[in-house]
Amino acid sequence: MAQEILVITEQRGGELKNVSLELIGEAQRLSETTGLGYSVFVLGHEIEGLAGPLLNYGVEEILTADSEVLRDYNSQVYADVLANEISGREEKPAAILLPATAMGKDLGPRLAARFGGAYAADCIGLKMGADLLLEARRLVYGGSVVATVKGNPPPEFQVVTLRPNTFERAKEVTGKETGVTSVRVETPSDLRVVLKEIVYEEARGMDIAEARAIVSGGRGMKGPENYAILEELAGLLGGAVGASRAAVDAGWRPADSQVGLTGKTVAPELYIACGISGSPQHLAGMMSSRCIVAINKDPDAPIFKVSDYGIVGDLFEVVPLIIKDLSLQSKEKK
Amino acid sequence: MNIIACARQVPTLESAIKPLPSPPFMDRSALTYMANPFDEFAVEEGIRIKERLGGGELTVVAVGPEGADQMLLNALAMGADRAVHINVKEEDSCLLDTLAVATLLKNAIEDIEFDIVLCGKEATDDRQGAVGIELAELLGLPHAAAITKLDIDFEAKKATARRQVEGAWEIVECQLPAVFTCHKGLNDPRYPPLPGIMKARTKPHNNITDVGVPAARLSLTGLENLPSRKAGKKLEGDVPEATKELLRLLHDEARVI
Repeated sequence: MAQEILVITEQRGGELKNVSLELIGEAQRLSETTGLGYSVFVLGHEIEGLAGPLLNYGVEEILTADSEVLRDYNSQVYADVLANEISGREEKPAAILLPATAMGKDLGPRLAARFGGAYAADCIGLKMGADLLLEARRLVYGGSVVATVKGNPPPEFQVVTLRPNTFERAKEVTGKETGVTSVRVETPSDLRVVLKEIVYEEARGMDIAEARAIVSGGRGMKGPENYAILEELAGLLGGAVGASRAAVDAGWRPADSQVGLTGKTVAPELYIACGISGSPQHLAGMMSSRCIVAINKDPDAPIFKVSDYGIVGDLFEVVPLIIKDLSLQSKEKK
Repeated sequence: MNIIACARQVPTLESAIKPLPSPPFMDRSALTYMANPFDEFAVEEGIRIKERLGGGELTVVAVGPEGADQMLLNALAMGADRAVHINVKEEDSCLLDTLAVATLLKNAIEDIEFDIVLCGKEATDDRQGAVGIELAELLGLPHAAAITKLDIDFEAKKATARRQVEGAWEIVECQLPAVFTCHKGLNDPRYPPLPGIMKARTKPHNNITDVGVPAARLSLTGLENLPSRKAGKKLEGDVPEATKELLRLLHDEARVI
């Protein structure tokens, strides 16, 4: 058995998250430059159906770990199941790819430390050459600087989490025989971490870190009830609603929608900042967005210094106009 | 209840980040430093746990060059009882990856008896979010990361933490001793009171020097500033007109809608 790349997918409620195909896509690209094969791990409960759709991506082996104890993420159980399987193999994986989601960012470091490997988080680009040392690009220093990091020899257990919505999905490949293996799961005898409860939030739309478009509201929104228009706009754009720190601290928006230095770093195709002045702390979280639009009453707001398009005006006038136009357009398309 | 909080400094937001083409890839001479905001949540939580339980000891451990002393003094002034400074020279600190830092921390604390280790969920400079979790693994302890609430049942030797995941909250229970990494929302770090500032210098402040720098598995091989964004088009005047023009630009020029 040769060294290979190991992709650890993520599923929620029995469905594979989109980012899983992005991870496999990246494994495909790394495979082209190194000749390494790639295998895919799926963990969860009642996930038999998830292996089928993955059979056409040139994967060496799909490893399914299906057990009640894996239904929801548990740091101890997931790490143990993966580590046991990895340890049992002849060759150590050259690289382990995980999504930069709550699960991946939790599991990645644990696995890296278990095997004394390298760990790079939230990568936006990967390269691997004949030396099999993984080179990754990632945003640092408030999102305004790109760091390139590289694994030190030996080329094994290089663990990376990849930013969702950043890498191209896997391409279908014919002519490759993909094995499917059931991994035996044992409930650990000394379980020291227990998930007591998951409280699902009312469907608020997708997570901002996974959205291609984000409409963000700040102090200028004046209150929580006014976010309805941002939600409508985000819906029309197929995106999510973000918030500045001021809005989150005021209790108007949930903490996980905060964009900024102590919130999330996002890089969507389109970022629309409504009533956000543009403090350095906020910019740190969204500077890598492909297109930044600012809507603010204050012509001197710092956000206009970095926005690609800005409109000086009352967001409560501008946003409804945008909604009207986009709604008309989508009606016309039908 | 013995608590350990791990902290380090990061460049302030005002610091100009100047990449260089060769190691150490950055001109650090112009940097000013602050305590990593997420580590401040960890220190504050340590103090609050002591206050809630009416007892216990909080040790703050820092890895870094000499500037870290100021941060440690501040933590002592806030209410920590002891400080431990693992001295790493400026030029060596660039060579550490998260596993190396976790290893240094593990070596410094593994012989201390503790119930809880608190770390920041990530550092604002490298945003790796790994040290606390790797430390837990090296210590063979359970962890919960990016927590926004922590309740401790000292008698039962358990702690319950809340953490945010995509679209949901998780309530996770860990047996103690355990490691928690702290996220914004957990608490509001206090300003050290004046009596605290005066007491800080009398508290135990242990300086560990001559630590061997553990070999890193990851190296920095380049830094580049993202092309700085320049101000783009700013539309003013009649709002309906300006909005129409904005939509046209977004559709025709930026092609994002």
